[in-house]
Amino acid sequence: MTEITRREFLKLGAAGTAGVALVPLANPLGFDLAAAKKRAVEMRIAGAKEVHSLCPYCAVGCALIAYTKEVNGKTQLLQIEGDPDSPVNEGRLCPKGAAAMQLATSSRRVDKPLYRAPGSKDWEPKSWDFMLDKLAQNIKASRDNSFVAQDANGNIVNRTEGVAFAGGAAFSSEEGYFATKVMRTLGIVHIEQQARV
Amino acid sequence: MTNHWRDIKHADVILINGANPAEAHPVGFQWFVKAKLDPTKGPGGGGGAKIIHADPRYTRTSALADMYLRIRTGTDVAYFGGLINYVLRNNLYHEEYVRYYTNASFLVKEGFAFTDGLFSGYDKATRSYNTSTWVYETEGDPLPGPAGTTQAHAKRDMTLGHPRSVFQLLKNHYARYTPEMVSSITGIPVDQFNAVAQIVGEMGKPDKVMTIVYAVGLTHHTTGGQLIRSGALLQLLLGNMGRPGGGMNAERGHANIQGNTDHAISWEILPGYLRIPAPGQKTLDQYVAASAAKKSDPNSWNFFGTNYKNFMVSLLKAWYRGAAQPANEFAFDFIPKPAVNSSWMSIYDQALKGKMEGVILNGMTATSIGPDSNQVLQGLSKLKWLVIMDPLPTTSSEFWHAPGMDPSNIQTEVFMLPTTHWIEKDGSFVNSGRWSQWKEQVIPPEGDARHDHWIFADLFDRVKTLYRQQGGKFPDPILAMTLDYADTKKPTLDEIAREVNGKDLNTGLQMTSFANLKADGTTTAGDWIYTGSYTPAGNLMKRRSGISDPAKNDPTGMGFYPNWAWSWPLNRRVMYNRASADLAGKPWDPKRPGIQWNGTAWVGDVPDYPVNMDPKDPAAWLPFIMNGEGVGRLFSNSMNDGPIPEHYEPIEAPIPNPLHPNQSEDPVAFLYDQAAGRPNRFGKVDKYPYVATSYRLTEHEHYVTQHVPLLVGLQPQAFVEVPQELADEKGIKNGDRVRVSSERGKLEVAALVTKRLGPMTLAGNTKVYHIGIPIHWGFVGISTERYPELAKNWLANALTPFVGDANARTPEFKAFLVNIEKIS
Repeated sequence: MTEITRREFLKLGAAGTAGVALVPLANPLGFDLAAAKKRAVEMRIAGAKEVHSLCPYCAVGCALIAYTKEVNGKTQLLQIEGDPDSPVNEGRLCPKGAAAMQLATSSRRVDKPLYRAPGSKDWEPKSWDFMLDKLAQNIKASRDNSFVAQDANGNIVNRTEGVAFAGGAAFSSEEGYFATKVMRTLGIVHIEQQARV
Repeated sequence: MTNHWRDIKHADVILINGANPAEAHPVGFQWFVKAKLDPTKGPGGGGGAKIIHADPRYTRTSALADMYLRIRTGTDVAYFGGLINYVLRNNLYHEEYVRYYTNASFLVKEGFAFTDGLFSGYDKATRSYNTSTWVYETEGDPLPGPAGTTQAHAKRDMTLGHPRSVFQLLKNHYARYTPEMVSSITGIPVDQFNAVAQIVGEMGKPDKVMTIVYAVGLTHHTTGGQLIRSGALLQLLLGNMGRPGGGMNAERGHANIQGNTDHAISWEILPGYLRIPAPGQKTLDQYVAASAAKKSDPNSWNFFGTNYKNFMVSLLKAWYRGAAQPANEFAFDFIPKPAVNSSWMSIYDQALKGKMEGVILNGMTATSIGPDSNQVLQGLSKLKWLVIMDPLPTTSSEFWHAPGMDPSNIQTEVFMLPTTHWIEKDGSFVNSGRWSQWKEQVIPPEGDARHDHWIFADLFDRVKTLYRQQGGKFPDPILAMTLDYADTKKPTLDEIAREVNGKDLNTGLQMTSFANLKADGTTTAGDWIYTGSYTPAGNLMKRRSGISDPAKNDPTGMGFYPNWAWSWPLNRRVMYNRASADLAGKPWDPKRPGIQWNGTAWVGDVPDYPVNMDPKDPAAWLPFIMNGEGVGRLFSNSMNDGPIPEHYEPIEAPIPNPLHPNQSEDPVAFLYDQAAGRPNRFGKVDKYPYVATSYRLTEHEHYVTQHVPLLVGLQPQAFVEVPQELADEKGIKNGDRVRVSSERGKLEVAALVTKRLGPMTLAGNTKVYHIGIPIHWGFVGISTERYPELAKNWLANALTPFVGDANARTPEFKAFLVNIEKIS
C-alpha cells in the first residue's frame, strides 16, 4: 500500500466523513484503517491548545503550531508542526524543524547554574544569587580596571576595553535590543553576534 | 535579503553562489523550485525559471539546478566580473536603468587609477588605502548636507561616454575578465561559462528579472565584502535591484541573526545601522557630519543622511530619557567610542594579548566557531572570567577540560548560566526576508533556567547597586539608563518591543513612522528601522493573515502578504522598490509590479518613495532614497579595498593570482597575528596542496543539534568529503579514518569518498582538489559521548586561518589549504 502524508490523510478522512453513503468507494484507504488512524491523531492532540511559535534553527522563519495541554497544573508540549497558513513555509518543515520538539523538551539541559573556580577540575552547582553577585563584582572590577575615559588625544571616549559580549542569533529581537542597551551603557566596545561568523 | 523567500518564485533566472539552499534552507528552497516548476504561472510568473548553481561541491541544490558549475571556492568575483564584462561588452545591460538609476554617469576625479592589482592610494606599510582619489569630480555650487555640512554636486555625463565616467571605468576594469581568464581563475570550463553568460545576458531586458542568492559561502572570505558587491554590480547593470523576483538575497543561518544585527549586537553600529561614534567626535553634529551620507545630486533625497540626527537623538532619548538633554548633547558622551576594530576575532586577539578580562558568550560558542579553535582556546585560557549563557553545555562552557587541556593550568573562572529556550518565551524572530514574526510563549521555563533578558536586567541591577554603593569609573550612564518597565528586573518583551518602536514624549503615543522622529528630544525610538512595528494599533509583528485567504490577504497577488507579521522598513516587502518602475512610474514588467504610479499615488508594495510624489515632477527624488547619490552605486568609496570589486586570491591559495601575480591576495585583508607581533601561520601548497572549504549539513544547525538525538541519529559522526580521484591517489577508502591538517591544527575523522567533489584545472594547467568539511562536531554532545576515543579532534575550525576580510573582518572559513593522509 502506498504511503500517504498526514495532511492527505486528513483530507481523505474528511471526504470520507462527508460522503458516508459513498464509502468505501470514495475512500481509497479502506474505511477501517482510516478511522483508526484518524482516531490516533485525534487522541494525540485532542483538547490541546494551539500556540504559535517559530522554528529555532535557520532564518527561513518557518511558522510553527505547538500543541499543549495542562496536565496536573503543568503545561505539556504534545506536538509541533508547521503552520499551514504561513506565506513563508506553508506548513512545511525540514528535518531539523520537524525535530524541534526534541530540542524543546531536551533532557540534556543544564538544570542549575554551574560555577568553575580558577584551576578547578570540576563544576560546582551554585545559586543564582551566588552567580549573579560574583559576576556583578567581576564586571564592575573589569570595567573599572579597563575603563578609558579620555584617550591620549584628550578625546572623551568612555569605553570599557576589558569586557566583551557576544551572542544573540538565537534569542528574541527584544532580548537582543536590551542586551545592546545594557552592554553599551556599561561602556563595552567589543560587542558581537553571529552575523560576522 | 533585499527581497524575501516567497518572492524568489518570481524570478526568471536564479543565480546561486556560496550557498546550498536545498540542504541548508530546505523549506526556503521550495520557492526556488516553484519558480522553476509551477505550471500555472508560466515563465516570469513562477514557472520556467532557470537555476544556475556555482559551487565547489555538487549538492542537492545542484541536482535541481539547470546548470551546475564547479567553481573554486572564493573566486566568485572573477565569475561575476566575467558576467559583468559579457553584459557590458555586448550592450546587454538595462540601458535606461543604468543611465538613470545608477551612478554610471558620474565622473570620477582625475588621479584615480588601478595598476598591477592596486588601486591608487595604497600604503604598503599600513596595509591600507588613502581613498582621497576614489571620489567624484564636482561642479557648481555646494549642496547643503546634514548637520550644516556641504557637498559639491557630482558631475555627470548622461551619454556615459566620458572616459572617467563610472560606466567607462567599469568597462575598462572588467575587460580583463575574459571567459578564458574567468576559467583560469575559477576552474569553470570556458564553454560552460559562456553558456551561463548567454542566459544571464538576457536578464537585462526590462521584462526579465534575475535574482542572486548567496550565503556565507560568499561572506566567509578575505574578499567577502567585494564578493557580494560584485553580484550587486551585475544586478544593477541588469536593472534587477528593487524588483520582485530580483535583488541580492542573503540567506541567513540562524533564527534571529537578522533581528539582532538590526538591533546592533555588532561592534561598529548602534541600532538601525547608525555608526558607532569615533573618538574626536565631540558633538552630535560632528558625529552626524562624519557618519551620515551627503548629497551629491540636487535630486537626491538622501533620506537616511538627512534624518540621521533625528534617529540618533531618538535612540539616546530611549536609552537615557531624563539625562539626555540638549545641554549635554543628549548624553552623547555616554556612548562608548572605540579606538580600533573590536569585532569577533579582535576579542580573542585581545585575550591573547592579555588585555581582555571577561567575556560573555550568549548562545555562541567561540571554541567551535573559531576561526583557529586552538588559538581561541588559548585566548579563553587567558581570561579572568568567562560567562556562558545557554540552555545546553557548549564547547566553550567545557573548554577548560577539553581534550588536551589541563584544568589545573587554566585560571579562568567560568560561569554557566542556564537560559530558557526560544519556546519558553515570546518575542520576535526576524527572518532572512526581514519579516519580524512574533512568537508566543508555548511552555514555561524548564527547571531553574532564566530568560536571557532577565539575567541581563538582574545583573545590570546588581552592577548598578555596586556603583551606587562603592562609586567607580564614570557611573553616570549606568545610573541614568532608562528602565521604563513595570518590574525593572523582569522587563517583558512586549514592553521592550514598544520601546524599540518608540513614542512621542509629548502625547505618550507610540510612533507610527520613523519619518516623524525628531532631533529635539520629544520622540524616542530604540531602533528607528522598527518604528512602525508597534503602533497605537498594537503589535503588528503578531499579525497572521496568511495564505488560507489569498484574495483578501495578498491583494496585489505578488505574495507580499502585508498583514502577515511586519517587515522593516515600514512593512515594505521589497527594498528599493522605486526602482521596480520606470521613470514615469510604470513597472518594468507589468506582470511583476513592485510599485506603480497611478496618477496620484504609488500603489502596490509599501513604496520606498514619498507616496504622492509625481515621478514626472522635475523635482522628483532619484530612485534610491537611502544614499547620497540617489542612485545605485556601481562605484563606491565606502569599501576599504577598492571602489570596484577585484578578484584577489584567498590568503592561502593554490595558485598565484592570474590577473596580477605580484599582488595575489587582498592588499587590505587584516592579518591579526602579524599585526599583534605573533608569527603568521599560513600554509603553502608544498605542504598543504589541497583547497578546503567548510559547510553545514541539513540535519544539523551549527553546534546545538549535537544535543538532539533524532538529528544525531541521522548524522552521527564527523567526516570530511574527499573526491574519488584524490582518494584513489592516496589509497583512501570510503569510511577510512583520515587526518586533515593545516598550518594551525588537525582534524581526525572518517573519509566520505565522493564524486560530489572533483578535480579542476586552473591557470597554467594546475590541477586542484577541494576537500569538504562539515562544521558540526566538537568535544560536546551525544556523538562525542558515544565515541570518546574517536572524537578528540573533531573541531573543524581547528584548521581555519586567523585572518579577516578587508572590510568586515569576517574570517576566511571557506577557503584555506590543507593536507590529507590516511590514519593507519
